[in-house]
Amino acid sequence: MKRFAKLSLCALLACGILTGCHGTQGMAEFTVPESFDETKTHELVFWAKNDTNRTQTAIYEKAISDFQKMYPNITVKIRLYTDYSNIYNDVITNIATNTTPNVCITYPDHIATYMTGVNTVVGLDGLMHDEKYGLAGSEVKFDAPSNEQMIPEFLDECIIQDVHYAVPFMRSTEACYINETYVNELGYELPEVLTWDFMFEVAEAALAKDENGNFAVNGQNVMIPIIYKSTDNMMIQMLAQKGAEYSDAEGNILIFNDTAKEIMYDCAEHGKSGALSTFKISSYPGNFLNAGQCIFAIDSTAGATWMGSDAPLVDISPDQIVPFETAVRMIPQYDTANPKMISQGPSICIFNKKDPQEVLASWLFTQYLLSDEVQIAYSETEGYVPVTSKAQNSDVYQDYLAREGEDNNEHYAAKIQASKLLLNNTSHTFVTPVFNGSASLRQAAGQLIENAIKSARRKETVDDAYCEKQFDSVMSLYHLDQISASAASSEDLGPLPSASKALLITLCIVWVILGAVYAVPVLKKKAKK
Amino acid sequence: MKKTLNAFLAIALAASLAGCGSSTPEGGSSAAAGPDTTKGEGVMTYQQYADAAVDDKVTVEAYVQAKQSWWDNKGTIFAQDADGGYFFYDMPISEEDYNKLTEGTKIKVTGYKAEWMGQVEIIDSEYEILEGSWVAEPVDVTAKLKDGSLADNMNQKVTFKGVKIEPAEYTEDGSVYEVYKDANGENAAFMYKYNGTGAQGDDVYFTVSVDGVNYTFLVRSYLTGKDTDVYKAAEALEIGKTYDMEGYLYWYNGPNPYITSIKAN
Repeated sequence: MKRFAKLSLCALLACGILTGCHGTQGMAEFTVPESFDETKTHELVFWAKNDTNRTQTAIYEKAISDFQKMYPNITVKIRLYTDYSNIYNDVITNIATNTTPNVCITYPDHIATYMTGVNTVVGLDGLMHDEKYGLAGSEVKFDAPSNEQMIPEFLDECIIQDVHYAVPFMRSTEACYINETYVNELGYELPEVLTWDFMFEVAEAALAKDENGNFAVNGQNVMIPIIYKSTDNMMIQMLAQKGAEYSDAEGNILIFNDTAKEIMYDCAEHGKSGALSTFKISSYPGNFLNAGQCIFAIDSTAGATWMGSDAPLVDISPDQIVPFETAVRMIPQYDTANPKMISQGPSICIFNKKDPQEVLASWLFTQYLLSDEVQIAYSETEGYVPVTSKAQNSDVYQDYLAREGEDNNEHYAAKIQASKLLLNNTSHTFVTPVFNGSASLRQAAGQLIENAIKSARRKETVDDAYCEKQFDSVMSLYHLDQISASAASSEDLGPLPSASKALLITLCIVWVILGAVYAVPVLKKKAKK
Repeated sequence: MKKTLNAFLAIALAASLAGCGSSTPEGGSSAAAGPDTTKGEGVMTYQQYADAAVDDKVTVEAYVQAKQSWWDNKGTIFAQDADGGYFFYDMPISEEDYNKLTEGTKIKVTGYKAEWMGQVEIIDSEYEILEGSWVAEPVDVTAKLKDGSLADNMNQKVTFKGVKIEPAEYTEDGSVYEVYKDANGENAAFMYKYNGTGAQGDDVYFTVSVDGVNYTFLVRSYLTGKDTDVYKAAEALEIGKTYDMEGYLYWYNGPNPYITSIKAN
């Protein structure tokens, strides 16, 4: 018996050592508890993004306060970020130390990377459909939206590998904020749906100078007719509008194609003339627009409160602001009958914890962020739209939309027009496939445009050879070659390396020896009997 | 003999004292010695760099004064030569080489001149670490706050003497300034982020006055994080008190100095 115990111990230790080779096992998969224990206290950490908008901060704080009144056993500590990439970096750092927040505002692209940890992010399908604690479940203490009241396009964006790993929080798209006064002065009439050709034609016309060497249209020495905030989005949307490939759900990188080259040529041409620039090159489109130094400023609808000479938020001194009529349009299109625009905006994910009760508490708070109180209040801070039909169709929200332009704060015209743009075009929105590495691909897409514009301005030749060189360069810079290999996990990886074979054979031999050491004396004993 | 020796020593002392008092280029003084002002082949003088247009290719030699950040194989650095300051933004550099750059390290940088919200910088650059070291003395630009010539000292190590702390204020519409209130509803001496929407660990903003005119300064968390002396000193600022401050003259649609040292008067 003693011998058996020793052998068992040895086997156990060997198992421990050998399984240790495979690294940490991660968290156990979360399952929804039968009931929520309200006698147990939880302190949740919530990482959020607030666009440095004071009203948004106040809304988060009120939401937390209201939620805590309903669930006194839960306290929520908020940390505010102004940049998604900083949240992403901090989450990555904290996954390694098991110190992730409980609830986190994020992008699905980022979640795909978080999911490289085992059960790090909670799959939400079980929670969403739980009878008691699911969306509008019987035990939920507030008026929550049902599953059917979630806008399906927005909800579907949170599916990764057939599971909802997030719920949408707010949605936005991009809009083109236009100095219509200057467009008209240049002799053009603004169409309902902009085309790229129209925008580039007006932009080139705006570069004409007067006898003093100033730009004739504004009389200033600065005029950048088009400034695009997110060149990632610019490339992605141009490719989508042209029906060209970008990537697929398997993580194959398809962006390096002839259509991408054509887009780079166009950007280089108008970058070289000075008609087109970007946020990274010139800074915020809104600042130039408001100073009468830009005609087409393309930015998120969630940045609408900074756009226009009557904008409630301003980043330049009042003496720099030039009065003009602001028009809001969807981003330019190649095919005006079949418009395409990106859907973006914050989603919410929940990180797994050892205690399922803590995860359930996180889910209840997440669900509260989808209630009308939070959805309507937050969406009104910018050109966001609520992600539930419950909030969108509510009397309060409809009244808000109807009061467009009543004032230059809560009902600022450009902001409400930006929201309406998405509300009226939800069916024309799209998202790109999400996989581990899709966030890097986005950056690479933007980099191709940035580089083409910068090179043209620096008098370099942007031709086929240049584009091929750029493809290689961003492929390497963003490790896209590695993404393709790792994302396509179902691929045949070929024969095992000899070192792995040797290890497996050794393991087998060790187990045979262990078995023999135990079995032989037992068999001998039996034989004696 | 003694007299001769004394006379010689007196002359030598006088000469050395006169040397101490000799003028040094603005922003380029050093207690030990000035920087090597000879430029290598194809290297621009500061004036040639200043005269270059945006998007022009430029090559400069300068001495690292402060490192702001390193991330994803890109470093952002304040550097200076005898005649002016430089800002190398997102310079591709390995972490190993970034760590080799200490205060005073001489480097040669080739890149493109750029301007972002008025901040003049060098982007898309390559670098070479050179022999030589020099640490700049800060230039007192307190008087320049009023006369509008501060841009001449952009990216240099500067000092502001005797600035008074006012209630921290912010503006959302560019014209109306509001005072930021702390958790107790009292006027705050500082705030996290430019409008108080941040938390500890973010940039610390505060308002200073010189001759009755208010200016916004900040402690940049990327450059000097929450565990640094200056970050803690900013959190301990008191309204009405005066301080001497040192920092780097960053630009964001106007002077936006990153303060690296705060000393109460």
